Amino acid sequence: MTDWKRICLLDDIPRLGSRVVRRPGEDDIAVFRNADDEVFALHDQCPHKGGPLSQGIVHGRKVTCPLHGWNFNLQDGQAVAPDVGACASFAVKVEGGEVWLAT
Amino acid sequence: MKKMKLVLVGNGMAGVRTIEELLKLAPDLYDITVFGAEPHGNYNRILLSPVLAGEMTLPEIMLNDLDWYGDNGITLHAGRKVVKIDRVRRKVLAGDGTEADYDRLLLATGSTPFIPPIPGNDLPGVLGYRDIADTEAMIEAAGKYRHAVVIGAGLLGLEAANGLMLRGMDVTVVHLGEWIMERQLDRAAADMLQASLEAKGMKFLLARQTEALLPARNAQGGMNGRVGAVRFKDGMEIPADLVVVAAGIRPNYELAESAGLYCGSGRVRGIHVSDTLQTVTDPRIYAVGECVAHRGIAYGLVAPLFEQGKVCANHLANFGIGRYEGSVTSTKLKVTGIDVFSAGDFSGGPGTEDIVLHDRQGGVYKRVVLKDDRIVGSVLYGDTADGSWYFQLMKDRQSVAEIRDHLMFGQNKLGDAGHKGENRAASMPDTAEVCGCNGVCKGTIVKAIKEKGLFTLDEVKKHTKAASSCGSCTGLVEQILASTVGGAYQAVSANDKPVCACTEHSHKVVREAIFKHHLTSKEAVFDTLNWRTPNGCDKCRPAVNYYLISSWPHEAKDDPQSRFINERAHANIQKDGTYSVVPRMWGGLTTPAELRAIADAAEKYQVPTVKVTGGQRIDLLGVKKEDLPKIWADLNAAGMVSGHAYGKSIRTVKTCVGAEHCRFGTQLAMDMGVKLEKMLFDMYAPHKVKLAVSGCPRNCAEAGIKDVGVIGVDSGYELYVGGNGGIKTEVAQYLCKVGSDEEVMEYAGAFLQLYREEGWYLERTVHWLDRVGLDYVKAKVVEDGENRRRLHARLLDALKDARDPWQTSREEEAVKQFIPIKVEA
Repeated sequence: MTDWKRICLLDDIPRLGSRVVRRPGEDDIAVFRNADDEVFALHDQCPHKGGPLSQGIVHGRKVTCPLHGWNFNLQDGQAVAPDVGACASFAVKVEGGEVWLAT
Repeated sequence: MKKMKLVLVGNGMAGVRTIEELLKLAPDLYDITVFGAEPHGNYNRILLSPVLAGEMTLPEIMLNDLDWYGDNGITLHAGRKVVKIDRVRRKVLAGDGTEADYDRLLLATGSTPFIPPIPGNDLPGVLGYRDIADTEAMIEAAGKYRHAVVIGAGLLGLEAANGLMLRGMDVTVVHLGEWIMERQLDRAAADMLQASLEAKGMKFLLARQTEALLPARNAQGGMNGRVGAVRFKDGMEIPADLVVVAAGIRPNYELAESAGLYCGSGRVRGIHVSDTLQTVTDPRIYAVGECVAHRGIAYGLVAPLFEQGKVCANHLANFGIGRYEGSVTSTKLKVTGIDVFSAGDFSGGPGTEDIVLHDRQGGVYKRVVLKDDRIVGSVLYGDTADGSWYFQLMKDRQSVAEIRDHLMFGQNKLGDAGHKGENRAASMPDTAEVCGCNGVCKGTIVKAIKEKGLFTLDEVKKHTKAASSCGSCTGLVEQILASTVGGAYQAVSANDKPVCACTEHSHKVVREAIFKHHLTSKEAVFDTLNWRTPNGCDKCRPAVNYYLISSWPHEAKDDPQSRFINERAHANIQKDGTYSVVPRMWGGLTTPAELRAIADAAEKYQVPTVKVTGGQRIDLLGVKKEDLPKIWADLNAAGMVSGHAYGKSIRTVKTCVGAEHCRFGTQLAMDMGVKLEKMLFDMYAPHKVKLAVSGCPRNCAEAGIKDVGVIGVDSGYELYVGGNGGIKTEVAQYLCKVGSDEEVMEYAGAFLQLYREEGWYLERTVHWLDRVGLDYVKAKVVEDGENRRRLHARLLDALKDARDPWQTSREEEAVKQFIPIKVEA
């Protein structure tokens, strides 16, 4: 069974921005919101050199890592070609203006 | 919605390139069908010469294999030649009866070698040089026969001759002209080239007109059907088991003409197209490539075809922007070990001047032809490293008046951006490191270019990461690209380079549009300029945001989400995701109380590293993001503000102790520095901006490598601009001398405002100055007092309500970004 956790209001995440979700004893998760109010969640660590993706620029359904400019698809965490790699993605949903994350 | 049908006739480089560009713009607009007369996918025709020479293999030169067509949902009819276009029913018909309907038709039928009408031109063993079949026939003949004659000493002819020679044949090149490659080279360069080809064993017969090709006789004296000799007008005969005719090309326009499309008459034959690459006869039909005549010119080189493809794709995608206005072309001979480059018009003539560097013994010849201080043509032999640079200057129509005395010694003598041209790409070993940031060596770049079929700098950057960090090796990477792909390389003029893949438009166009149409939001920019992506990318959004706030201060709203993280968090992100915090120390001055507050903060937030910076202040490294607002609060409480050590903004004004203390000082350098720094507080710019003030010409503040350097002299101050101590050290240029502190503020302020208004994003002052010229800046800032005062006033106005970003970031909404959301286990 998926364990959904309410994490914040949609409006707590800026459009084309993100928030960091901190879990005790586990790695951070980055939760993104794009221009169409779609919300995505990825492991907050670039597979290249560990950069915090939460600090990257969000565009379309992609985010650019702030350290060396790799791009990732927000839906599945796959690196955009020609870069190769992926970071874990997490299920996330918006209900009644609240953001829920499955961890 | 039902898709439109697009049919491409001609599966070559021009047509398929157009389709690739189209798929980038509008992947789902058309059902695409491609007809090709050859039974292959699309290959790189330019690299047939290396294949003939045995330096590459056919699989290596494939650009789009058969899978590519399938993967992109394209129907390919390879080996089927279209014989008829029915414009009424809008369908094409191939020789084997295959039909295809079209809504739009793209013709890219290419060209065929021109075979002169001489007796014997149809004998077996007489070939043009155009495609894989010709190349294979030549390779086969080289294995069986001895004597080859190449008719025509142009680019293609010489490459063919070289290849056949390397395959062991005895090759004679016959040419009608007085010297070889007379359309690309002047006599001096041609003679040098001929001598080095002769040294390799190639023979030449110049100013010779071929009269007939004679059949070979067998032992019994009868004809054996194959070509056996070449006879000239003067009666001379030479043996020839293989004759390759490379006497020019003819556009393939018969198919188009039979469909009633206008194909010209007289000398200019070819499918006539407009600047949108539509045929002048039928707007549903487009044409690109060597089959085309555009404004009276049929191009036979690949770079113009790519330019046409790009424009054509744009119109096919219904974007309707971009016009093809003709190409300036350059050529490079692909004969290993011989470097020849030529571009533009070097025939001389009234109003032109020549600059020539000729080292006969050393085998170097460089000639640049100027007209009105601009390059109109160049011919290089032996040392072609700077060919792409001359070509670029020519395309940009940039005045070379200021660099004229160094021009012939190449770009590396100029102190231009980065390490451009410092090494010669062609002579570097494969193991040599090209990109020091990302550790990419030459071999990796060459391999990627060949295997992935890369043609542009951007593609190379993406695939190899070379030149994608600090960019200082860009020139070198461009050279490697140019020497690897030869004539297919298109140097893009800096003026035309798109901001990023989201748009066609250059920085120049975007800046001008924001100003002209009074655009004040990124949405308005993306909308007005037809951005391809909904909200840009990490490249264009920061640029657009900067252009908005610098063009319309107080009106355009700054968008934090369009800024790189450092400018959003007002601190510098480090490799481990922590940040560095640098409080401002005006003019490098501090107090015991400030130092105490910094020490306290460093202990309180367990800052692991405290370092004195090059900009005369203190860096606290390793601060956690969530601690940033707290440490700022402590520093603010002690009267300190952000040092902007993270931004494309004013960084520091470095000072020496000046006349305040120094026994040599002539001016109060610290005081001047503090005044400048206060005036410029919170100033954003296309890139970071650093200043320095020295109190005397000993210049202890190193003002010679700053964006604006101020050096006190007894009678006032000397101002220097465009210095840079970073990636490549650049010495600042002398701007002018002023008498008072107020004038220093006004001149420096006006200079920086001009840079803010006209510089392109991420362009340092030195590169902006390179682009526009110091004379231009002097005219606006030094000579025109009225304009200087207006510039200065605009700067002051833009900065009039500047606030400390540390203070504002601690307020309400803004502080959220620093606080992680905690969830329970």
